[in-house]
Amino acid sequence: MNTPDDPSDALRNSVHLLLDGMPQARALGLKLDALEPGRAVLRVPYDTRLVGDLDTGVMHGGVVTTLLDNTCGVAVATAMQIPTSIATLDLRIDYMRAAEPGRDIIGLAVCTKMTRTIAFVRATAYTDTPDDPVATAQAAFILDSNAGRVAGANLKPRVS
Amino acid sequence: MSASTIAMRALLDSMPYARFLGVRADMAGDEMTGVLPYGDHLIGNPLLPALHGGVIGAFMELTAVAQLYLAQGQMRMPKTIDVSIDYLRSGRPVDTYARAHVTKIGRRIANVHVEAWQDSRSSPIAALRGHFLVSPKDE
Repeated sequence: MNTPDDPSDALRNSVHLLLDGMPQARALGLKLDALEPGRAVLRVPYDTRLVGDLDTGVMHGGVVTTLLDNTCGVAVATAMQIPTSIATLDLRIDYMRAAEPGRDIIGLAVCTKMTRTIAFVRATAYTDTPDDPVATAQAAFILDSNAGRVAGANLKPRVS
Repeated sequence: MSASTIAMRALLDSMPYARFLGVRADMAGDEMTGVLPYGDHLIGNPLLPALHGGVIGAFMELTAVAQLYLAQGQMRMPKTIDVSIDYLRSGRPVDTYARAHVTKIGRRIANVHVEAWQDSRSSPIAALRGHFLVSPKDE
């Protein structure tokens, strides 16, 4: 049984707060399915608002892109000893098959390596099992991405 | 209104996800600029605030597909094979624009480069390179 001080509960709670504070994650209805430090499973519930092709009812590939980016981010955020802000540096996605209409899409990401500045992640999107992927991805994230910037820094146009 | 504008509007109207994001296409003849108007729901990092990276990627991919759809005479929807997205600057909470350059359309495969920008075209916020399955020319 998990006591209130159980670190895995604390980690899960902090990810829930993280997702709640992210408007796009809220807009997609992203749910946290499973979590360990450096390994995250998120789910996007099927939603007809997210469909790409009305004839098939399949959710658009952009939903998979956002799910994978977000799942990778959570894997990185929970892998850090000292949490900092993070930002995606690059994201490569192979789209293997369309998700079946009506099905939730699940994203599983594992942070494979963390240096002082960069974190590397591998991820898979699927409906039933990661062995039958909808898409696979590889990403790199910058750590401490907010460094030197105050809250609201993006409200002003950039100088360069 | 040009035929391309009508076709583009019909394409985006038929995609619920395009409406969810709020994407539109500005046409000048057959030259297309993808536009992602700012919306609070597009934010990822609320502290700066910054647009969600997945949204920027999805917007660029949509722009690429729309450009290919136009280039192919609106015959069939291209299918994305793979994308490689570079994030260059964080996306500010303002409108974002994108232009797709079709580097090559082959018999079955197309290669497209997309750049997205906000305040300045010469300071892009992201770039995408994608491969897409297109219908054979003789179909």
